[in-house]
Amino acid sequence: MNALLIKNLRKTYKNGFTALRGVDLDVEEGDFFALLGPNGAGKSTLIGIVSSLVTKSSGRVEVCGYDLDREPALAKRSLGVAPQEFNFNQFETVGSVVMNQAGFYGMPRKLAKQRTEYCLRQVELWDRRDTVSRRLSGGMKRRLMIARALVHAPRLLILDEPTAGVDIEIRHAMWDMLREVNRQGVTIILTTHYLEEAETLCRNIAFIDNGGINPKQDMHQFLHSIEVEHFVLDLAAPLAQAPAVEGYRLEWLNELQLAAAVPRDTGLNGLFVGLHALGIEVSSLRNKTNRLEQLFLNRLEIE
Amino acid sequence: MIAGNLIALLTIFFKEIHRFMRIWPQTLLPPAITTALYFLIFGKLIGGRVGEVQGHTYMDYIVPGVILMSVISHSYSNVVASFYSTKFQRHIEELLVSPAPNWVILLGFVAGGVVRGLLVGCVVAGIASGFAGPPALNLGLCLGVALLTSVLFSLAGFINAVFAESFDDISLIPNFILTPLSYLGGVFYSVDMLPEFWRKVALGNPILYMINAFRFGWIGVSDVDIGMAFAMTGGAATLLACLSLWLLHKGVGIKN
Repeated sequence: MNALLIKNLRKTYKNGFTALRGVDLDVEEGDFFALLGPNGAGKSTLIGIVSSLVTKSSGRVEVCGYDLDREPALAKRSLGVAPQEFNFNQFETVGSVVMNQAGFYGMPRKLAKQRTEYCLRQVELWDRRDTVSRRLSGGMKRRLMIARALVHAPRLLILDEPTAGVDIEIRHAMWDMLREVNRQGVTIILTTHYLEEAETLCRNIAFIDNGGINPKQDMHQFLHSIEVEHFVLDLAAPLAQAPAVEGYRLEWLNELQLAAAVPRDTGLNGLFVGLHALGIEVSSLRNKTNRLEQLFLNRLEIE
Repeated sequence: MIAGNLIALLTIFFKEIHRFMRIWPQTLLPPAITTALYFLIFGKLIGGRVGEVQGHTYMDYIVPGVILMSVISHSYSNVVASFYSTKFQRHIEELLVSPAPNWVILLGFVAGGVVRGLLVGCVVAGIASGFAGPPALNLGLCLGVALLTSVLFSLAGFINAVFAESFDDISLIPNFILTPLSYLGGVFYSVDMLPEFWRKVALGNPILYMINAFRFGWIGVSDVDIGMAFAMTGGAATLLACLSLWLLHKGVGIKN
């Protein structure tokens, strides 16, 4: 069963700009799926069409088996969306924002109250239920949108940049919360610019760019396809220029740092042996870029 | 599904009521002050010198028109302001992603406008009781006209909000169309007082029919046929309801 099935989806705006050029996508029920792409790639248009905020030019969208054109009410009932921009009434209290959304989905008041409490507790906002929402911090507003998207117990949750502008501590707490939501059986589709987030949370991935989409891939297999990893080496003593070690490409960053390009099938041991032979001591090392970020950049360069 | 739609409708409706009741000093108090001044200046000070109109004191004659004028402007302004700010703040998206059908969304906003219009009408009628003679002759007719009129202008406010792209756009029609048509709709005079040419021109103003129908219910006099007034108002409301639903279906002004 697919939580989301998209066939030949096209969108051309009135100004003539084509945002989607025949996109096909299927996301299995229970998946935690990353939809990545640069700004203007078509992600928001695709999410807008699935959530009925953008009118498609042609193509077919099914949410949990319900066709968005033929059975819109059932399709919408199966879907929860937390968009990138805050779109709740900033003058209402946190509790009212979530309660009203439950009402729009036709949920009886008693059940709506229970679900509101459950969802606000899940995102750790229950204590703020009487706070006017514009007084919340950015991170709290993001969590409020997730609680609102979950209140009608959707089977598919779409999160567009859910942790944008959120500090690292809260981001990690949100990741735990999203993992738990997914563990409870909710399919999650995530778009993010924090590629570490996609790498940490998602099991499958698809790249969208220039209105087209690549076939989805397993995240582990995808990350395994990386050919060269980049590291930054911190040196114990100053160095005037980059040394030469056979099999590796070294770049001088400053007198205490080198950048090293390491082929995946070569490993790091040879590099350390080579540097040691030259009398260079490495005090520590770290990834220059996140692995997924590297693949993302490679892909953009190719395209 | 029916129960779900009813819950969605009530949610939108109570949200709308809560919105204007929360700011009642801005929504319910100003019409009380404005109309009290109307009654004092036009009714008492100037009206005392005007004499009778169609067998009624000038004060009694203008009361129904002032009440209905308030109903018109407040039902219109409630929906246009509420729906436009819903669009502007983007929380219209909360409704668009939900399974609530378009007619539920429209009915919820219109019902909010109707309640505000009728509440303001009651406030103005209460103020009028301190200046004018006995109240409604035919309460049912007055309520029927006020209800139909508030529905019509709530729908008109909704359509204005759909097309509005800035806060300036939501005040254009009230300032340049609604207020002039209301003043020229026989609130302060009978069209029989006008020269024949201008009387015929005035009969082309739809607000004239509503005000006269309401005045007929209030004091039993009218310049126009009451059946015609109901047919015109009902017909216009039906037309605007269909147009509003079509606009929502097409996503005009609210979807890309």
